[in-house]
Amino acid sequence: MSTTTLPPPDLIVRPNYLNVSHGLKSWLLTKDHKRIAILYLLSITFFFFIGGFFAFLIRLELLTPAGDLVSDDNYNRLFSMHGIIMVFLFLIPSVPAVLGNFVLPIMIGARDLAFPRVNLLSWYIYVLAGLFTLFVVFAGGVDTGWTFYVPYSSLYANGWVVATAVGVFIAGFSSILTGLNFIVTVHKMRAPGLTWGRLPLFIWSNYATAIIQVLGTPVLAITLTLLAVERIAHVGIFDPKVGGDPVLFQHMFWFYSHPAVYIMILPGMGVISEIVTCFSRKRIFGYSFVAAASLAIAVFGFLVWGHHMFVTGQSIYAGMVFSLLSFLVAIPSAIKVFNWTATMYRGSISYETPMLYAFGFIGLFTIGGLTGLFLATLGLDVHLHDTYFIIAHFHYIMVGGMLMAYLGGIHFWWPKMTGRMYPEGWARFAALLVFVGFNLTFGPQFILGYLGMPRRYHAYPPEFQVLNVLSTAGASILAVGYLIPMIYLIWSLKYGRIAAPNPWGAVGLEWQTSSPPPTENFETTPIVTEETYHYSNEAKDFV
Amino acid sequence: MSDAPATVTHPAFAHQFDNLGQQRDVAVFGMWVFLVTEIMFFGGLFAGYTVYRSMYPHAFAIASQYMNVTVGALNTGVLICSSLTMVLAVQAAQLGRNRVVIWFLLATIAFGLVFLGVKAYEYHEKWVEQVVPGFNFHIHLPEARQIELLMVFYFVMTGMHALHMVIGVGLLSYLIWRASKDEFGPDYFNPVDNIGLYWHFVDIVWIFLFPMLYLIGAHLPRMIHE
Amino acid sequence: MTAHEKHAPENPAAARRSYVYVWLALLALTFATTTVGKIDLGPFNVYVALTIAVIKALLVMLFFMHVNHSRGITRVYVVAGFFWLGIMLVMTLTDYLTRRWPSPSSGW
Repeated sequence: MSTTTLPPPDLIVRPNYLNVSHGLKSWLLTKDHKRIAILYLLSITFFFFIGGFFAFLIRLELLTPAGDLVSDDNYNRLFSMHGIIMVFLFLIPSVPAVLGNFVLPIMIGARDLAFPRVNLLSWYIYVLAGLFTLFVVFAGGVDTGWTFYVPYSSLYANGWVVATAVGVFIAGFSSILTGLNFIVTVHKMRAPGLTWGRLPLFIWSNYATAIIQVLGTPVLAITLTLLAVERIAHVGIFDPKVGGDPVLFQHMFWFYSHPAVYIMILPGMGVISEIVTCFSRKRIFGYSFVAAASLAIAVFGFLVWGHHMFVTGQSIYAGMVFSLLSFLVAIPSAIKVFNWTATMYRGSISYETPMLYAFGFIGLFTIGGLTGLFLATLGLDVHLHDTYFIIAHFHYIMVGGMLMAYLGGIHFWWPKMTGRMYPEGWARFAALLVFVGFNLTFGPQFILGYLGMPRRYHAYPPEFQVLNVLSTAGASILAVGYLIPMIYLIWSLKYGRIAAPNPWGAVGLEWQTSSPPPTENFETTPIVTEETYHYSNEAKDFV
Repeated sequence: MSDAPATVTHPAFAHQFDNLGQQRDVAVFGMWVFLVTEIMFFGGLFAGYTVYRSMYPHAFAIASQYMNVTVGALNTGVLICSSLTMVLAVQAAQLGRNRVVIWFLLATIAFGLVFLGVKAYEYHEKWVEQVVPGFNFHIHLPEARQIELLMVFYFVMTGMHALHMVIGVGLLSYLIWRASKDEFGPDYFNPVDNIGLYWHFVDIVWIFLFPMLYLIGAHLPRMIHE
Repeated sequence: MTAHEKHAPENPAAARRSYVYVWLALLALTFATTTVGKIDLGPFNVYVALTIAVIKALLVMLFFMHVNHSRGITRVYVVAGFFWLGIMLVMTLTDYLTRRWPSPSSGW
């Protein structure tokens, strides 16, 4: 139900975090988590479009079977930079650093995060990482893939490997600090009455994500350090000639990088929980199971990394263990999908843009997740590894899932963050474009992969062209789908309808304060007395 | 229940908290979460070391004989002393004895610098013996390449540890500056407490590094030429 | 709102005494590990050295770092950190320790 009652006029001019101070210095030296969230929003959007530009060039090259747009070396650089930028500078920070930073303290009734200056520092560190990466982009990039496998990256690659490794190392620090801040904040700064059992699931998801960030990212840091040492000092750490093992690099790299994909998806799942409950006017089905599933994903996610290495030389017995565990890790995700669906059942559903993105997420994430089971199967992975099937699998989860959740969350909390409504008609149209464009881009890639088209190749046999053309066509539609929100969201800052404190009629502490909130978030610290998601509804929970 | 911004007037009080007790609690917990990241950071090195040692136990034992066990043990003792003076500094800060804090911090820094000096001497010795991987490595044993592998881990692990010590010395100096302004007392001594935790953690890393790097071949007959 | 973490004991002199005892114990254990390290115990050298190192680390954590009067959640995170390190080591070793095992297709 979308009610937008005009607030009384004085609400518009009351001081809020946006108008309380002006000038560049007040933004660049802010300690307000809300302003820091906006700073992150601007910077990750910038890098999203750079990463997207590389994707555009990739799809352009793949329109024709011959490698005729760019050389093979340059093509390698394109997909490497696309992956590095999208993973480390967009997906990993996206929901936590933008939506989490903005909403989390308000949701728990706090005035700010536990360590506001550390929060600002994390943004500056992110910007530094971004600058390193920009330098690398302009200087010619790396061609190692975002996975930096040795011995190519350490001994033979002639791109800017060390600089890129440094940039990623620095980005990792930003991630660690955000995670640290969230963990401490959620433990120690909840409002009176807000027990763990009353926490919104968005908080549970970001908390689980923070655990992964804190435990996993340091291992990436040390792995990249060793890579840099090997490259600079010309010593063999992973070099077979001296008895080193390239697979050890892969163990260390994937120990982080697999949990990293859960860093990327878990916050999105948290967003979906908030959206689905609000737009079904119904409390979540199985709250404790969804909360526990978030923690289970975080923990189990650390036990499955070997499924990236089934065919690279790992012992087959280790492969069996990792395969089994990879099957198990799908269970908590499935529980969440079932519970969102059960939440919607007999709910009072409305189809505002955030809910459209949530629908998209649930369907596309499910497809992506199920195809993960294909890949976790040892025998199938022999056939599918390093093909377009893998690319389709992770793009279904990251773009069909995570990016849609991010967009859904941006739209859901946009009135809270800016005090303005976005234009609903255009937003729904864009969401539809994104859905259609996405499926057209990545659906054919499952087929391509199954038919044997390898990933990371800039030329391919002519019989694959039709599917590639479909994919590129889809990517064009998808690109338009992403540009439209850019335009109308900026437009809404000046011309959008003024938003009420609670335009969606949602429950949650963030909706009890003004849109936009004052700097201190609340006039007085709220006291929580009800369960979360206490939507009134005709249909009670059915089992 | 607490109302709008809390009204504690201590100069170091931060507005997002309700009282100094909460602030302290949060600071200590935050520091420990950071130390968990350090466990995993050094842990990556430990994992690599463990894998290679399980593959090349003999070569690693030989390589370890290039380390001077006595010097390493004495250096371990130096760090242990620095931990004692550090924890005494924390206690003094809690009691508000800022002069005493400065003395103990100076002692801690002194021990730290001794450790680093000895480390520098050891690195120099490695250079003289020509066992510095990549830059100056000349061993004529059949397992020379695997010995080089351990030496790489030696330098990376102790180097990373030394880097953390240097940062620690910097942090301690910052604490001395603050103590000189009488900033610490029973209500507020979080920085001393937290940097103390950091210092002890770096000590713990060395507690493991010493046997892992120095004692592997100490019980075997000499296999290297000196 | 939240109870304080328990500070160092109210009796500073007693606390100082305990720090000195721990310091002496750490020095003694260092001496022990060095001495035992020079005696050939076959495969047990590793276990002895590691055990002593763990004891030293525990002494530092419990007494110098005050984990013994830390709040529960702090202790959970400390344990979790070491546990995760354990996961990394053990799961990686499942690869290296089983590489020489017979391949299933070659028959048992």
